[in-house]
Amino acid sequence: MTLFIISILIFVGVEALPGDLTEAVLGQSATPETVAAFRKELKLDLPPHIRYLSWLGGIVRGEFGNSLANGRPIADLIGWRIGNSLFLAATTAAIAVPLSILLGIVAALYRNSFFDRAISMVTLSTISFPEFFVAYILIALLSVQLIIFPSISNINAQMPFLEKIHAIVLPCLTLTLVVVAHMMRQTRAAIINILASPFIEMAKLKGLKKTRIVIFHAFPNALSPVINVVAVNLAYLVAGVVIVEVVFVFPGLGQLLVDSVSKRDIPVVQASGLIFASVYITLNLLADMLSIISNPRLRNPK
Amino acid sequence: MQNPHILVIKQLVIEGQSGSQWTPIVKGIDLTLKKGEVLGLIGESGAGKSTLGLAAMGYTQQGCRISSGSIQFNGMELVGALKSDLRRLRGNRIAYVAQSAAASFNPAHRLIKQYAEAPIQHGLMGFAEAEQKAVDIYRQLLLPDPENIGYRYPHQVSGGQLQRAMVAMAMACQPDIIVFDEPTTALDVTTQIEVLAAIKQITREYNTAAIYITHDLAVVAQLADRIMVLRHGNLVEESDAREMLADPKEDYTRQLLSVRTLRDGKALSIFDRDVILEVENASASYNGSDMVLEEIDLSIKRGRTIALVGESGSGKSTLARVITGLLPPSQGRIIFDGQELPGKLADRDRETLRRMQMIYQMPDTALNPRQRISKIIGRPISFYADINGREKDVRIKELLDMVELPATYMDRYPSELSGGEKQRICIARALAAEPDLIICDEVTSALDQLVAEGVLQLLQRLQAELGVSYLFITHDLATVKAIADEIIVMLNGRIVDAGSARCGLRNHCPIGQGAASTLIIGVGLNGRGKNKLPHLACLLTRLRRCVNGPIQ
Amino acid sequence: MAFFKLLRSSPLSARIGLAIVLINIAAAILAPVISPYGETEIVGDVWVSPSPDHYLGTDHLGRDLFTRLVYGARNTIAIAFVTTVLSFMVGALCGFFAATLGGWTDLSLSRGVDIIMAFPTLIFALMVLSVVGTSITSLIIVIALLDSTRVFRLSRAVAMDIEIMEFVEAARLRGEGTWWLMRHEILPNAMPPLVAEFGLRFCFVFLFIAALSFLGLGIQPPTADWGSMVMENAGAITFGIFTPLVPAGAIAFLTVGVNLIVDWFLHLASGLED
Repeated sequence: MTLFIISILIFVGVEALPGDLTEAVLGQSATPETVAAFRKELKLDLPPHIRYLSWLGGIVRGEFGNSLANGRPIADLIGWRIGNSLFLAATTAAIAVPLSILLGIVAALYRNSFFDRAISMVTLSTISFPEFFVAYILIALLSVQLIIFPSISNINAQMPFLEKIHAIVLPCLTLTLVVVAHMMRQTRAAIINILASPFIEMAKLKGLKKTRIVIFHAFPNALSPVINVVAVNLAYLVAGVVIVEVVFVFPGLGQLLVDSVSKRDIPVVQASGLIFASVYITLNLLADMLSIISNPRLRNPK
Repeated sequence: MQNPHILVIKQLVIEGQSGSQWTPIVKGIDLTLKKGEVLGLIGESGAGKSTLGLAAMGYTQQGCRISSGSIQFNGMELVGALKSDLRRLRGNRIAYVAQSAAASFNPAHRLIKQYAEAPIQHGLMGFAEAEQKAVDIYRQLLLPDPENIGYRYPHQVSGGQLQRAMVAMAMACQPDIIVFDEPTTALDVTTQIEVLAAIKQITREYNTAAIYITHDLAVVAQLADRIMVLRHGNLVEESDAREMLADPKEDYTRQLLSVRTLRDGKALSIFDRDVILEVENASASYNGSDMVLEEIDLSIKRGRTIALVGESGSGKSTLARVITGLLPPSQGRIIFDGQELPGKLADRDRETLRRMQMIYQMPDTALNPRQRISKIIGRPISFYADINGREKDVRIKELLDMVELPATYMDRYPSELSGGEKQRICIARALAAEPDLIICDEVTSALDQLVAEGVLQLLQRLQAELGVSYLFITHDLATVKAIADEIIVMLNGRIVDAGSARCGLRNHCPIGQGAASTLIIGVGLNGRGKNKLPHLACLLTRLRRCVNGPIQ
Repeated sequence: MAFFKLLRSSPLSARIGLAIVLINIAAAILAPVISPYGETEIVGDVWVSPSPDHYLGTDHLGRDLFTRLVYGARNTIAIAFVTTVLSFMVGALCGFFAATLGGWTDLSLSRGVDIIMAFPTLIFALMVLSVVGTSITSLIIVIALLDSTRVFRLSRAVAMDIEIMEFVEAARLRGEGTWWLMRHEILPNAMPPLVAEFGLRFCFVFLFIAALSFLGLGIQPPTADWGSMVMENAGAITFGIFTPLVPAGAIAFLTVGVNLIVDWFLHLASGLED
């Protein structure tokens, strides 16, 4: 349902706003004849709702239409880039999620310790930095000074797995740093919130061991907020990928989106925007569902 | 020779952290407890009674520390004891029953699992045995369906049942001492009685010693063998329960004890027969179908006080909303001084609004924290009477004087005032409109007992001077006795009983009687106000969480 | 006076934050005075190392980097500030209205915001900007509108929490109108969280504009702007020249500064309450 509304929004947003597509593509010197021909070819002369339906119908069948810039089918353009972006995002998630949960829990358990303060300072600064700043610092350190990793992550399908991993170390590290900062802070806050509950005090007054209190009493209740934090941050990762891909010239969907925007290649913008949005919405929905499943109150209704 | 005392506390000092300073909360208190004895710890908020109770378990809350003194349990010193030794005692030999069962049960586990946890972890028995014992204890505590109730989750049982389940949980290891920390305060009057009975019965049966912490003398009178009265961390008086109730030595105790007898014979005014407000056959609902009020009839005479009594959820606050126009009635009429009022607030004229004022339960939330007292009291003056400038200041000072506050309070903010003073400002704000009727919604229940009494006295004096009528909403029969001319009892949105304060209730309905018999005094957290505390601090915490949120 | 007293009691972190913000504001205001060259003036070779002539060296076209940085402060901060103010005016007003009026107004506004927020902001902005073009006005309006959804959420939630307080009911019973309720009862109490939020949203908008400029879709050359300066000089990094780190660092520097102040403010405001 939400996706449907979003698809309308994308279409209307892109089609109805000022700025004529034809003029953008053909330039100002276009003759009226070429403009008319161009509009006909792209079916721009049809009324909007018909164009919307045919566009939507195409998407459902997996046909996104053709790119304006080079006339190739969009599905071909996007296909392998989605794989690359997902590879980057998945690798980042695989590192960032366990790491940040672990750090968050440790920071919450040893609140106000040196470790907690130090990590809170570091994450606060990381949050304040733009992604590209983190990226360029890493390039300056690891790629220019130490020459360990390439500053441009060009990967293709033929590369062996290990080489791929080597190529994406820097973008992956950049994303990890930024995502871990957010996720770890939220995990810490969620755990501290749980540890302050009266039932934890009750457990202490029952004379239970600290490990039992954490595992048996705190953990089941912390699950729901932490899952939520993870899902929300993964959604963030989807958007964060765009900038990092541009910095490292990584052949992913984000790069394509940015390129298409500057070329005003509207169909590609629409298609890749829709894909980003779907992933984002799916993750948010997943977060809602998981937090219901993991919340004992909601799982066992009255 | 064996020491008859199971717990001996000597010269205990506990300090709490405020900012960077440590200030004493408990100031050198001695306490002893014999086997099977029930000791009542009583005092107003801030007396240090909960802190002392927790200290009996060798435990202090975060931000508190035991700075000197000794706590001996069965001859074992708890101050400075090893953490593991303390752990072995807690839940095993000394157990704790908290004020809010709803918050103190882990929402993720079934009741029985939490019951069995302490005995299993302390190595006393296996799960099967614990399960069996639980059913026994649940039965003794008169929990419904004792065989199966343990397999529910905490949010699946009612508040009173949950509180009893917590008492059961405390009994799981058959401890020597149980510390009860206001276990009935958050409950309704009728539920309170059930829980108290359960506690009384079970401690007798197992010969368990208990420390019972409360601010409510009526409760202590029922349970305790001995009573200690605390104030500001000091011991005021200690003696046998019966002795103390019959013959209190200290003034403070006497004040706490004195059943409020404020009302003296009211001179009949010339308006005596004059009715200021009439509600005729009024019904109301929030969603259009489920009636929360049904066929209410009520009339308030000029210069008189009518008390509206009932448990939370009985519809008494809803009735106030209907009268003030916040919730238009679905049927029935409201007649104010002979004129029928429109149901909706927006349709009433300013003059009507002026003549009917309201005072709330929580002075904290009833006063805008960002307005000075002069603006809070001054606004109704300029709004209704269009008086401004110096004349308004004079009037504000008069009003402050009327509620026995100094004129210098004009420039203060509410946060600079105490709870009782804030409530007086609320009264002054209501008086500023020069009303004929004031609706008082649980105005004393958030206040400490002595402060509440002062407020009640003030209200009575003002009534005598100004001839204003009160509609007094409360669930506290002691307040009713003190101030009301007439009583109306509500249950499930209907009026079930009515009568004059002097002659008693006509129908002798069980709620009125139940409440009267236990003389529940000021059940602090009852009623509507409890959900309204999310104050600025909470907003800020919430915001803080947003701060850490991701940028998308 | 009270302000100075407050300042004296402030922790080190807040003072650092304040200093950072003041330096940036001063640079922005005094840009023409303190910068040695013109904003778009080409004064030397490409990527010259720092020297007394060029404090921070030159950029990819041989323009003085320090001058560009100072003018960049002016443009970037001013645009981010205007955007944030606009987004607050729209968001807070709608939020307060939704909370005080409730019912239909609240429902339609909230649903609308839900839909916009179901979409990643960066992607949304990219798509809209691809159509309307990247003039500074459209940049400000698009970002302000997108950002106002979050302001709306917060101010609605804050106003709702205040709305249920009895002093609002008391004012309502007195017969006060909606405007008075918003202006005198709700707004003063909503100020602390809103002020803090203003700082955070400013950071966000600031980073967001920087990111868009970095992607080449924000403030267009030759206007000096920190985000696009990073992008223009990005190539230098592979030669071991750290020119792009300077504007990127400036962005980070200012955001950290604002964050430090906001943190102190939140601490202060929540401390006053208890």
